Amino acid sequence: MNPGITGVPRIAVLALQGGVAEHVEMLRELGAEPVPVRSAAALSSGPWHGVVLPGGESSTMDRLLRRFRMRDPLAELITSGVPVLATCAGLILLAERIEDPAPGQTSLGVLPVTVRRNAFGRQVDSSREEVSTAFGKVDAAFIRAPEVTAVGGDVRVIARRGSSPQGAGAVVAVATDQVIGMSFHPELTHDLTLHSEFVRRAHRQRHA
Amino acid sequence: MTDSTATTGSPLVKRGLAEMLKGGVIMDVVTAEQAKIAEDAGAVAVMALDRVPADIRAQGGVARMSDPDLIDGIVEAVSIPVMAKARIGHFVEAQILQELGVDYIDESEVLSPADYVNHIDKHSFTVPFVCGATNLGEALRRLAEGAAMIRSKGEAGTGDVSEATKHIRTIRKQIADLQATLRSNPDELFVAAKELQAPYEIVREVAETGKLPVVLFTAGGVATPADAAMMMQLGADGVFVGSGIFKSGNPAQRAEAIVAATAQYDDPAAVTAASRGLGDAMVGINVADLPAPHRLAERGW
Repeated sequence: MNPGITGVPRIAVLALQGGVAEHVEMLRELGAEPVPVRSAAALSSGPWHGVVLPGGESSTMDRLLRRFRMRDPLAELITSGVPVLATCAGLILLAERIEDPAPGQTSLGVLPVTVRRNAFGRQVDSSREEVSTAFGKVDAAFIRAPEVTAVGGDVRVIARRGSSPQGAGAVVAVATDQVIGMSFHPELTHDLTLHSEFVRRAHRQRHA
Repeated sequence: MTDSTATTGSPLVKRGLAEMLKGGVIMDVVTAEQAKIAEDAGAVAVMALDRVPADIRAQGGVARMSDPDLIDGIVEAVSIPVMAKARIGHFVEAQILQELGVDYIDESEVLSPADYVNHIDKHSFTVPFVCGATNLGEALRRLAEGAAMIRSKGEAGTGDVSEATKHIRTIRKQIADLQATLRSNPDELFVAAKELQAPYEIVREVAETGKLPVVLFTAGGVATPADAAMMMQLGADGVFVGSGIFKSGNPAQRAEAIVAATAQYDDPAAVTAASRGLGDAMVGINVADLPAPHRLAERGW
């Protein structure tokens, strides 16, 4: 089947490491065509109507992106304007600035936010809780989660921890018209709220 | 969810961290310096212990949980998750490790068992546990006790991957057998549960889903990028490497190569590239030459 002529948006799911299968399953359920991408060759097999950067270990993914020469083409793909959904480590990859990188850790630097890794403590502090976002309530798992400590450009805060988007809690989700990034994992609880918005955007991208 | 209060230590939260480690390599380290080398090489987590299995094997004696100061030093040194080992059944070592803030406890046969009857009641902890298994029944018994991640045992400290191969193949085959039983004679699942010596409800779940309800890594004898890629092709979610890295000639380079081969395990050209120029692998011991009392995989039940 020629991907260019189907009615289904094709989503590149970065699959070097981490919680990939959960995103793949949810994107299928929402009628998109997820494609796990583990090499530069796979990344160049567009067209892509969306990109998902999953959770995992951000320092590992960063190292592998550079080793496999995927970093620059991935940054270019995102800069070209395709919709992006990023969870946890994926959000760290997007960030312009990481407050506390592992030694030598870099990011794609394509979203004007600052993040702090493991901002809420170690695994014993990991938790499941409801988060109110601008797109609806989300049943979210926070696993050694980062927080967003500064936003710039056209980035909007869409969720704070333990309160409304307008409240004073730590920023745990942000969005632009292109990107939805969150420090938690809706894919671990199979909450489709934010993925649905992402797939709507991917459909629009396909028709653009 | 019925309210907005946060829930820590639930099965979903405990299993969730392991889900985020998938496709990665967890490396044994005995010093903060080794932990930094592992992090630089792209490890998704480190396992803190005071002797790697090859040295435990060579030196003999009782192997116990590491000194808390050593674990603190490793926790301070890296930003990736830190795991640490407790003896089988030693729930107080586990309490100490939880107190120290480690991210996962490995109730491990590599250490000397503290209880030859009971494993730790892992439900009573907030910190998650990973446990070893040589077959499906053993894996499911550990899940019933609250384990949030399983690793096939292999034979630690040997550099011989044959036992790891046997254990992952065994677990996968037993899962396939359960699926076949569910399709043909579902009423035989009760006997299957009896034979596996595991709770019926978990046996039924595995038969229906065709996989464990938690992440399954392999361990024990992985020493090369090709070993790691083989484990992944056999269906592992990720790989533990113990003595294989820091008992080799060039640990940093070998660690990085094993990470790369684990990520691109199904691409022979990539695994070939990762295998080049790594210097000496750990010398190792053939499992067949190990007298039965020295086989660690037989600890735990």
